[in-house]
Amino acid sequence: MTSLSTLAAAEGSAAAAATGITSAAWLLVALPLLGAAVLLLGGRATDKWGPLFATAMSWAAFVVGFLVWISMIGRPADGRAMHLTLFEWIPAGSFNLQAGMLVDQLSVAFVLLVTFVGSLIHVYSIGYMEHDPDKRRFFAYLNLFVASMLLLVLADSYLLLYVGWEGVGLASYLLIGFWNHNPAYATAANKAFVVNRVGDFGLSVAIMIMFVTFGTVTFAGVSQAAGGASEATLTAIGLMLLLGACGKSAQFPLQSWLGDAMAGPTPVSALIHAATMVTAGVYLVVRSGFIFNAAPDAQLVVVIVGAITLLFGAIVGCAKDDIKKALAASTMSQIGYMMLAAGLGPVGAAFAIFHLITHGFFKAGMFLGAGSVMHGMNDQVDMRRFGALSGAMKITWVTFGLGWLAILGVPPFSGFWSKDKIIEAAFVGEGWRPWVFGLTAMIGAGITAFYMSRLFFMTFHGKKRWTDDVHPHESPLVMTVPMMVLAVGSALLGLVLSIGGTFTHWLEPVVGSHGEESPVLAVPVITVLTLLLVAGGIGLAWMRYWRDEVPVVAPTGSLATQAARRDLYQDDVNEGVFMRPGIHLTRSLVFADNRGVDGAVGGMAAMVGGTSSRLRRVQNGFARSYALTMLAGVVAIFALVWVIQ
Amino acid sequence: MTNFPWLTTIALLPLVGAAIVFALPAGLADRAKHIALGVSGLTLVLTIAAALQFDSGSKAQFQLVEQHEWIPQFGVSYAMGVDGLALVMIIMAAILAPICILAAWDDVPEGGKREKNYFALMLVLETFMIGVFAATDVFLFYVFFEAMLIPVYFLIGSYGGARRQYAAVKFLLYSLAGGLVMLVGVIALYQYGPGGADGFLVTKLTGLDIPVVAERLMFVAFFFAFAVKAPMWPVHTWLPDAATEARPATAVLLVGVLDKVGTFGMIRFCLQLFPEASKWATPVVIVLAVISVLYGALLAIGQTDVMRLIAYTSVSHFGFIVLGIFAMTTVGGAGSTLYMLNHGFGTAALFLVAAMLVARRGSKRIPDFGGWQRVTPGLAGAFLIAGLAGLALPGLSSFVSEFLVLLGTFQRYKAAAVIATAGIILAALYILLMYKRMMTGPKPELVEPVRDWNVREKLVIAPLIAALLVLGFYPKPALDLLNPAVSKTLSYVGVSDPAPTTAADGSAK
Repeated sequence: MTSLSTLAAAEGSAAAAATGITSAAWLLVALPLLGAAVLLLGGRATDKWGPLFATAMSWAAFVVGFLVWISMIGRPADGRAMHLTLFEWIPAGSFNLQAGMLVDQLSVAFVLLVTFVGSLIHVYSIGYMEHDPDKRRFFAYLNLFVASMLLLVLADSYLLLYVGWEGVGLASYLLIGFWNHNPAYATAANKAFVVNRVGDFGLSVAIMIMFVTFGTVTFAGVSQAAGGASEATLTAIGLMLLLGACGKSAQFPLQSWLGDAMAGPTPVSALIHAATMVTAGVYLVVRSGFIFNAAPDAQLVVVIVGAITLLFGAIVGCAKDDIKKALAASTMSQIGYMMLAAGLGPVGAAFAIFHLITHGFFKAGMFLGAGSVMHGMNDQVDMRRFGALSGAMKITWVTFGLGWLAILGVPPFSGFWSKDKIIEAAFVGEGWRPWVFGLTAMIGAGITAFYMSRLFFMTFHGKKRWTDDVHPHESPLVMTVPMMVLAVGSALLGLVLSIGGTFTHWLEPVVGSHGEESPVLAVPVITVLTLLLVAGGIGLAWMRYWRDEVPVVAPTGSLATQAARRDLYQDDVNEGVFMRPGIHLTRSLVFADNRGVDGAVGGMAAMVGGTSSRLRRVQNGFARSYALTMLAGVVAIFALVWVIQ
Repeated sequence: MTNFPWLTTIALLPLVGAAIVFALPAGLADRAKHIALGVSGLTLVLTIAAALQFDSGSKAQFQLVEQHEWIPQFGVSYAMGVDGLALVMIIMAAILAPICILAAWDDVPEGGKREKNYFALMLVLETFMIGVFAATDVFLFYVFFEAMLIPVYFLIGSYGGARRQYAAVKFLLYSLAGGLVMLVGVIALYQYGPGGADGFLVTKLTGLDIPVVAERLMFVAFFFAFAVKAPMWPVHTWLPDAATEARPATAVLLVGVLDKVGTFGMIRFCLQLFPEASKWATPVVIVLAVISVLYGALLAIGQTDVMRLIAYTSVSHFGFIVLGIFAMTTVGGAGSTLYMLNHGFGTAALFLVAAMLVARRGSKRIPDFGGWQRVTPGLAGAFLIAGLAGLALPGLSSFVSEFLVLLGTFQRYKAAAVIATAGIILAALYILLMYKRMMTGPKPELVEPVRDWNVREKLVIAPLIAALLVLGFYPKPALDLLNPAVSKTLSYVGVSDPAPTTAADGSAK
């Protein structure tokens, strides 16, 4: 064991070996995993107490994470990162990998987000899924997700990260398809998995290049050696990592699965498809800063992808009438902001994570609010059938409203502190870039204000457009309390974390520091312009969706609206370019395999065996004649051998 | 107990069991399966005992060796021995045999002599499976290699489905064609060896100085037989027919164990005996392997028969295995040999769960299912896990081996590795589309009520799923056995791993 630990120490040389509570960090993964295993293996026997057990496991993970964080605060900044070796995982020839955990400032931030928001959503689900006959399975999958997500962020190597990466993908697949008796939901689950696999292709290739270049795939090993590699190699690694990130984080061009993923129960949309899993791509890019910082071309592509996606999501969000799909488009757009910031390097990376955390709170809160609305409205999702719900659902209205103010970036709510900083960072640089990316981010903020206000007003204000059979009512406390907690976070977290730059200083040892570069526009100018655009967006939405009558059937709309409603034709493109040619290829190959390949080889066999008529006679169905043939064959072979001898 | 003939004992035990089963009087015929299960179980226990004698740190290539003269006039010995790879293959066969016998429990409902013979044939097959991996004499290997065909032929031809005769003859023709070509190579090889009473020993035939053309011809003769067996594109077409017509237990032994003789042979004979020719043929083999990966996957996507679909996934997986073997790196080799083990359990789980569903539905056609997750939730869960192992989900065993293959291949052949990596996308498609079509959707209206898995079926599936999970998170015990075998083979070929282009400063790997 001593040799193992010294090896581990050499690998994780940047981080000290874990001591104290940090050496129990494996519990973070083990506890929810245990919950999932007990519920899945225990079967019906656990139906009664299973959901509570799973929720307890999630909270237990939060407690462990909290203690790890407290002990980390107690150490000086350069001694905060710790490394924990678990076991010898893959010793294969010249590839030798330990399974280990890297507990540093970045991973702990994620651990707290995932376990806290995750546990709240477990609690909410107790109410939301109360009458579902399969709720035990639901909680098992939620626990599986939490375990995988924590493995993803705690892994000390790209390969172990990959295990968590696909683990969350599996949980996402299982939960999107949780109600897969509806074939459309089953298709949505498949789509999510397959599109993610396209991203995983990129992640796989990135890991291969790393191994061939550096001989190791641990974060510590790669970061040490990255300086020695050529820029072309690092660019290749960076682009492949980005492909993986695009799949997981629904970034252009792999964004098409997220909207359909709303087929999953709403707590899933809140936890997996808004607050945590979809942000894993941002984590990957920030964690790989040592590669991207040395590959400016790859960084530029990251920024471009982020900029395209933030506009793409925002435009789509303006046209959706399904409350969950509108929120999904918004998630895509907000992650676009994070991706853009992550691509800016140290100047933006800390804000990418900052926005990721605040977004985790306000977006999860709004999704839970949407779930609460659906709960009170017979599971309807069409916002054209909502309206004036502020009276019937006061708690939902207030908590959702705080999330709405946060995402708009209205000071002093959370989103202001994180998003405004990203816009500022996007304006930093030379030449055309700050103008293009900065203005994109700023305009995006205006569009965000429009479509989020549209959503908020259509749902909670204006006139009632309810169908006759609904009787809106507030949800039970088990659901509203998590919403209240998240609303407090939406309101205050940004302010608390940015007092004196607490959060950015906290992350500095991981993401690196940067000099005081000032944006091409003065900061107050950027802030004021952004807020003006936001006010404009709110005003426009107010006129059209609060003051004016909202038709219950969507008008045809302009060409742009139609395009946005169809997600800018993303599915049509994928179908035309990949799916239909793929189906044709598969069909013709099946035909050819049955006729062509088989026929050619069969023909040869017939030649070898003599004429086909003799072949037919051989197939007479009598076992004895086969035995005889075999015997004759064996004798002939031996005779041949003897002759040669 | 080092001198105890472990390998002969575990190889012969099933044969003795087969003789007992075969000789059972008609009145006791219904005991046949119990005896068969007991014998294969005992064989497994002895195999584990033998494995405990194995020292993975040993310098010699083979351990547990036994050697006796057999036909000294032309150099044939009865020589048995195992390296880490052969041992792992034998353990896999010994684990799968009792599982398959248990899975085949109700395969011959009419009972009587037919049932008795069925289980006797399975035991005979187990003997040959162990023998073929343990033989360290090229001729003895060849005898086992061909003898295996006999029980499989009867298992398919007499006990299979509607088109069993067609499938059995096709299987036999392909295999015999491969075998005959190889026989020429075997005989020719002896001519270049040192001769003598033990001239067919693998150790005597390693490192020979053979003229270039002769070596290449012999390589091709051996490789052809192994490619048919593996099976690789374009000589794969016997497999889907055999797999769908055979009883599921037979299909498992056929695809899970017998086909491994092909890739095992490539390592033991092609690489070890013909190193120069192997290097010469590598570009072609790599291309064929990559085609197999993608072709098998695309064909699997297009299937409507669930058993054929699983067979085509194996064509794809064997493409990966061959790719890793001919990448000739320690990583690729470790990946391939580990894949040979993992694929055995993964495919067994897929075939057997699918067969349990087919037995309930009475059809192998995928469109005849739909919504079965609501009918048989337990089997659906097992099917999903087996399927996820098939698409190499991290955390399940195939992932480690598939990724090592790609990693090892990328060290030498970047384009081939990247193209093969696209196979992971296709794998997601063929597994998830199958699962969607069979398991999801509204609950079907069934004429008769269908029960979820029973205790026997749980006993069949549980060990396989346990193996998928354990080897996924902790493959070290298997890798510790396989690594020395791989590096030994590569040292015979005379290649060493490419060094990283940029080493980490001061950080040891």
